[in-house]
Amino acid sequence: MLLSCTGVRKAFGSSVVLDNLHLDVDEHEVVALIGASGSGKSTLLRCVNLLTEVDDGVIRLDGEDITDPRADPDRIRQRIGLVFQSYNLFPHMTVLDNITLAPVRVHRRPAAEAREQALGWLGRVGLAEKAGSYPDRLSGGQQQRVAIVRALVNSPRLLLLDEVTSALDPELVGEVLTMIRDLKGEGMTMVLATHEMGFARQVADRVAFLDRGRVLEQGPPTQVLGDPVEARTRQFLARIIEAGRL
Amino acid sequence: MVNRLTLLTAGGGAVLLFAAVTGCAPADETSTTPAVSASASANACPSGALGTKTPGKLTIGTDNPAYPPWFVDNKPGNGKGFESAVAYQVAERLGYPAANVVWTSVTFNNAIAPGPKSFDFDINQFSITPERRNAVDFSSPYYLVRQTVITTATSKIAKATKIAQLKGAKLGAQVGTTSYQAITDVIKPGPRPSVFNNNDDAKAALVNGTVDGIVVDLPTAFYMTAAELDNGLIVGQLPQVGTPEQFGLVLDKGSPLTECVSSAVDQLRDDGTLAVLEKTWLADTAGGARELS
Amino acid sequence: MTPSNRPAHHPERTEDQSYRVSTVHAERIVYRRRQAIRSVLLAALSTAVLGTLLGVLVTGAPGWPRVRQSFFDLGIARKYLPSILEGLWLNIRLLLACAVAALTLGLLIAVLRTLRGPVFFPVRALATGYTYSFRGLPLIIVIYLFAFGIPGLRLQGTPSVTVLGGAAIVITYGAYLAEVFRAGIESVHPSQVAAARSLGLSYRQAMRFVVLPQAVRRVAPPLLNDTVALQKDVGLISLAGPIDAIRAAQIGVAQEANFTPYVVAGVLFVLLALPLIAITDWVTLRAARRQNAGT
Repeated sequence: MLLSCTGVRKAFGSSVVLDNLHLDVDEHEVVALIGASGSGKSTLLRCVNLLTEVDDGVIRLDGEDITDPRADPDRIRQRIGLVFQSYNLFPHMTVLDNITLAPVRVHRRPAAEAREQALGWLGRVGLAEKAGSYPDRLSGGQQQRVAIVRALVNSPRLLLLDEVTSALDPELVGEVLTMIRDLKGEGMTMVLATHEMGFARQVADRVAFLDRGRVLEQGPPTQVLGDPVEARTRQFLARIIEAGRL
Repeated sequence: MVNRLTLLTAGGGAVLLFAAVTGCAPADETSTTPAVSASASANACPSGALGTKTPGKLTIGTDNPAYPPWFVDNKPGNGKGFESAVAYQVAERLGYPAANVVWTSVTFNNAIAPGPKSFDFDINQFSITPERRNAVDFSSPYYLVRQTVITTATSKIAKATKIAQLKGAKLGAQVGTTSYQAITDVIKPGPRPSVFNNNDDAKAALVNGTVDGIVVDLPTAFYMTAAELDNGLIVGQLPQVGTPEQFGLVLDKGSPLTECVSSAVDQLRDDGTLAVLEKTWLADTAGGARELS
Repeated sequence: MTPSNRPAHHPERTEDQSYRVSTVHAERIVYRRRQAIRSVLLAALSTAVLGTLLGVLVTGAPGWPRVRQSFFDLGIARKYLPSILEGLWLNIRLLLACAVAALTLGLLIAVLRTLRGPVFFPVRALATGYTYSFRGLPLIIVIYLFAFGIPGLRLQGTPSVTVLGGAAIVITYGAYLAEVFRAGIESVHPSQVAAARSLGLSYRQAMRFVVLPQAVRRVAPPLLNDTVALQKDVGLISLAGPIDAIRAAQIGVAQEANFTPYVVAGVLFVLLALPLIAITDWVTLRAARRQNAGT
C-alpha cells in the first residue's frame, strides 16, 4: 500500500469538506477522483501533500505516518509530486530553471546533471526548444506539461494531479492527457482529480466518487461510470452527461 | 484637416501665455516712489513722518532667536542688548519713540537676499560687503567687527596662537556669514569647514567635538564662552584683511529711508551715543582678545 | 459566384507567396502615408511657431533682463560650479551608500515581518514597531538626533557626522522600503508558495528562490521612485555640517546675493535623476511583461 488515508477530516470554519474519508492507493495504481465542486477533491490532494493540515485522521505514505506532527513536511513533499490546475510555473524563471530548481536546491544534485535530465524530459514531451523560454511564451498546454515534468524530475513515489486539464482549451487537453497516459505506462502511481470522465475511463484503474466529504463509491471505471450503485453517483453522472462531458 | 477644436485650443493657449508673460512687469516700474529729494534739505527726513511701511510706525526686523549680547531674552522690544539699544536710539533720532516701533522677525539670509522687504530696516549683525550691496542698501556702519575663533578647553586648537596652527582643524560657521568667509579666505584650513543653519547648531557641534572650533564675531564670542559654553575659551581674533569689517543696518535696495537712517547713525556716532552703548553692553570686549597672527 | 461576377481586383488566395496587395488597399496605404506626412509637418510647424513666439515673448518681456541677471548669470554660474559639483559628489556617494543600505535593511525587515510561528513573535513585533515609528518620524528630527545627539554622548568610537547622518537616512528610509517590500511579498500569489513547497522547498528556500525574486520585480517601480526621493533627501545631511550641493549653492547665493547657484544646483539634480528615472520606466515595462504567465 503506497498511500493510505484513514478517517481523514478537514473543516474550514463551520464547513466540513472532508468527513471521515478513507482511500487507499497501491503502487503503480492510477486512481481518478471525481465529484462535484466542493466535494473535497482538491482539499484531499492538498492534505496528502501536507499543504493543508488535517483536522483528524491518519495518512500514511509507504507505511510512514506523514500526519504525525513530528514528521518533516519538506522531506515528505520531496517524495510526492503535486501538479495544479493553474500550473503555477515560476514566471521569473525559464522553463529549464523551473524544472531544475528542486533537484538542485532540494535534492542537491549537480546542476549539470539536473539540466541534462530536464532536457531529456522536455525532449520526450516535445518541448525541448522551449527550454530557454519564459512561461509567458508558452501555451497553456505546454505550461501544464512543463509543470508535470517539474514534478517528475524529483522522482516522486506518488504523483497528484489536481484537475490539471480544467484550465486548458479543449484542443490542448489532449497533449496533457497523452503525457499522463505515458506516465501510467511507465508505472507511475497517480491520484488525479478530474472532470474528464472519458479520460478517467481510459486511464484509471479505479475511480472514486467523492460526495459530501467521503468516498461514496469506488471501483473500476466501467462500473462507477457506467453503472454506478449509489443514487447520488447517478445524479452526478447525469449532470455530467447533460453538460456533454461524458 | 486639422481639428478646429485643436486649433482653437492652441490659439487660446498662445494668447494666455502672451498675456501672462507681458503682464509681469517689474514691480518698481509700476509702484509709486515717494518724492524725497536727494539733496540734503532740512525737510528730507520729516521727523516721525518718513515713508515707512506703516505710516507713523517704524518697522524694524531682526532674527529669531535674537542672541545676546545683541539682544536680551530674545525680546527685541525690551530695549536691552547692544543692537536693541542702537535700534531704539536710531528710531528716536528719526522721530519714532519706542511706542511707535514695531519689531518683525526675519531670518538672516532672507534679510540680505534680493527682493522687497517686510521691514524699514533690519539690525542683525550684518557686515557690509560689496556683494551684499547688490541686493540691499546699508546704512552707515555702527560697529567694527572682529571675527574670532572660539573653542572648548579639550579641543586640539585650544592652545593655538598662530593661524598656521589652525590649518589642520575642522572649523565651523553659520552659512552665508562673513564668519564663514573668514575661514575660507583668512584661515584656509585643510579640512573642509562645516556649515550650519544657525549659530545654535554650530555651538552644538562644538560641544560635541564634531568641529574643533567655530568662528563668530567678537561680542558673540565673548558671550558664548562666558555664558553658554562649559570650558569655552577664545582662541583669538582674526586679523582684519583689507577693508575693516563693519556692521550696518540693512534696508531695501533703493529704499527712500536709507539717507535718513544713515544720518541718524552718524548722529549717534558723533554725539558719543554709540560709544556709551558699547561700553554698556559690550564691556567685556573692550580690550579685545588676543590677535592671531 | 460565376467567374464573370468576380470583381476584377480580387486578389489571388491560393498561397501566401502569391499574395499581392489589392488596388483598394494600395490606395488606402498611399492616403494614410500622405496624411502622416502632413501631420508631422504640421506638428513641426506649430512647434516652431510656438517656440519662436515663446522665445520672443519671454526675452522681450519687461522683466526679462532682471530675471536673467538674477537667475541665469553665467559668470556666477561658472564661478560656483566647481564647489557645487564638489558638493554634488557628496550627494552621489551618500545616495549610493544609503540606497544600498536602506534597501537591504528594508528587505530584511519585510522578511522578518512575514515570519510565521509564535517563537518569532518578538522579532515580528520589533520589526512592526520599527516601521510604524520611523515612517512617522520626520527625517530632519532623526538627522538632528543622530548627528548632534549621539556625538553629545561622547561614546568611544563615534563615527563622523556624515556617517551618522547617513545612518539616520538609512533608518528612516528603511522603514518605508520595508513596507514596499512587504506589499510586494504579499502580492505574490499563495499558489506560487504552494507550488514551491510542493516541490519540497523549505520555507526559506521558497522565499529565496520563488517569492522574493517575484516580489522585488513587482515593486521595482515604487522602490525606484523612493530612490529618486532619497536622492533629494540625502541633501539634508547638510544640517549636520557637511557641504552638499545645495549648501554649496546656498553659500554662493549668500555671497553674491544672486540666485543663479540655486538654478545650477537644480539643473544638476535633475540631470542626476534622469538616468534613475529612465531605469525606473524600463524596469516597470519589463516587469509587467513577465508577471502574467499562465493567464
